[in-house]
Amino acid sequence: MTTAMSKPASSTHPQRGELAVHAKGVTKHYGKGDNKVLALRGVDLEIAYGELMMLVGPSGCGKTTLISVIAGILDRDEGELSVFGNDYAKQGQRIKTLWRGANIGFVFQQFNLLPTLTAAENAAVPLMILGESRASAVKKAKDMMSRVGLESKFNSLPSQLSGGQQQRVAIARALVHQPKLIVCDEPTSALDATTGHAVLRLLKGVALQEDRALVIVTHDSRIFGFADRVATMDDGKIVTIGKPSEVMQ
Amino acid sequence: MIGVAIQMLVGDKMKFFALIIGLSFASMMIAQQASIFTGYAMRAGAWVRDTAQADLWVMDPQVEVTIDFKRMTDTQLQRVRGVQGVSWGVPMFVGGLIARLPDGTIQAIRLVGLDDGTLIGAPPGMAEGELADLRRDRGVFVDQRDLTGLLRARRDTSAPALAIGSRLDINDHEVEVTGLYRKTAEFFWEPTIYTTYSRALKIAPPERKTLQYVLVKVAEGHDPAQVAEAIRSETGLAVYTGPQFARLSTWYVLIQTGILINFGITIALGFVIGALVSGLLLYTFVTENSRAFAALKAMGTTNGRVVGMVVVQALVAGLIGFGLGVGMAAINGHVAGSDGQLAFKMVWQVPVIAGVGVLACCVLAAVVSLSRVLTLEPAVVFK
Repeated sequence: MTTAMSKPASSTHPQRGELAVHAKGVTKHYGKGDNKVLALRGVDLEIAYGELMMLVGPSGCGKTTLISVIAGILDRDEGELSVFGNDYAKQGQRIKTLWRGANIGFVFQQFNLLPTLTAAENAAVPLMILGESRASAVKKAKDMMSRVGLESKFNSLPSQLSGGQQQRVAIARALVHQPKLIVCDEPTSALDATTGHAVLRLLKGVALQEDRALVIVTHDSRIFGFADRVATMDDGKIVTIGKPSEVMQ
Repeated sequence: MIGVAIQMLVGDKMKFFALIIGLSFASMMIAQQASIFTGYAMRAGAWVRDTAQADLWVMDPQVEVTIDFKRMTDTQLQRVRGVQGVSWGVPMFVGGLIARLPDGTIQAIRLVGLDDGTLIGAPPGMAEGELADLRRDRGVFVDQRDLTGLLRARRDTSAPALAIGSRLDINDHEVEVTGLYRKTAEFFWEPTIYTTYSRALKIAPPERKTLQYVLVKVAEGHDPAQVAEAIRSETGLAVYTGPQFARLSTWYVLIQTGILINFGITIALGFVIGALVSGLLLYTFVTENSRAFAALKAMGTTNGRVVGMVVVQALVAGLIGFGLGVGMAAINGHVAGSDGQLAFKMVWQVPVIAGVGVLACCVLAAVVSLSRVLTLEPAVVFK
């Protein structure tokens, strides 16, 4: 099985194969004393630009913790972590939050759309967070929504959309500000098989480019085939990593 | 993101309306009670303000309120007139007496006796008759509103109401109504009947001391404060300007009647209820939107900006609640107070107080809610 990538990321124009994420010996625990739980037990992982990496494994194995650490939402305890050459440990909370806003896009399992905003406004949120004017942000969001096939749903509220449509809005939201890393948590678990495949095709087609990386946490073995590589986790460690066909075996 | 914050707030209509209602209620309670309080306070000094011709009021030092009948000897009038800087000084009698109406109704009244020559201290406006009519034989003036109030016939309800020409007894002395006057509504409710000073002395029971007030005009070119001090030092009497005496009476009424503490409690209750309701609702709103806030934090919204969003939400709700509450209080006061019965006076300070109260409610609500938002881990979006 393949275990590692090797070329470091260049600072200007990353090329497919260069490293976007580099983790070595990353640990993370929750709780204290007798309640202390080790969620990550020394994870080594490399994700290249242009790569779609899937993290799979049983519930509680540490997948979500790992993407939270990679996305800078959780702080690691030990180990090395570089995301596009950036080390969160050297950043204050505010700088880290701002960096995350500019460089990472999120697709959540429960979509997490704001119920009182229209689809286009929801998709525009990351741009507004970055300080772009509402009008400009919504205009760009509409362009992105058109790319994910939702040009007729700009003014719909999330409650007026199907699960698949909501997930496409979430994808538009994750991509609208052109982030380098897109993190998806169980993007198909709330969707039927057909819609789930459509969402993955969309993610791979629209989101994945040479200067980006895509990490998807999933239980859904039906979508493994969309990955470039699949990392299997168990008990806080990556136990195997390789091409989908290898993992499926 | 301010627009997003407002949309989040307004979009959840049920909670938004509940929040607005809570804040409006608090604002209305604060504004209404403060306005009624102000109304009572203004009424307590209304008679003094209505008697605006004099610069200074001279009285016994133990007088604490307008109806505190502690009189002086008549000789004090001459002593006051002799102080340098006094242009003129006129006597005024004020006393509590009993009146009997033609139908036999007995009513406690306040009799005010004005200087016979000048009629200084007369009521501010006449509804019927002229001021000089007070000098007519047995002449008295009664308040137009009292004709249907405390001076209406109550023993024989079919008896005609008092009018010019009607006769009544005051302390068993017959007097005749020669004029109807208008005055500002007062805190004290007994009818005020005006007559001349000399007639008042004939009507009232004989006493050694008959002079309640000396109304003083300060001579041109003299400082009223200096003249007041001169009167004080030369006579040992108390001297106030009109506003000072009105304020003295107002504080006496507010303290002695418990109005200050009672209205203070109601206003405080409005604030506490408003703070609790708005705090609870805003906290619930924030709690129910915690996933949304967590998602926003995960997507790069800093804590500072989240604080701004919650503060904006609290302020928008507060502003709307404040406007509605003060508006409702003003309408209530206008409608319920149109007959002059409700002591309602919304001076500019009242909306300011209500605004500060609502703002404090919002700040408390925001602080409570922020404690929830700021400790929110963005990682919950993955759970």
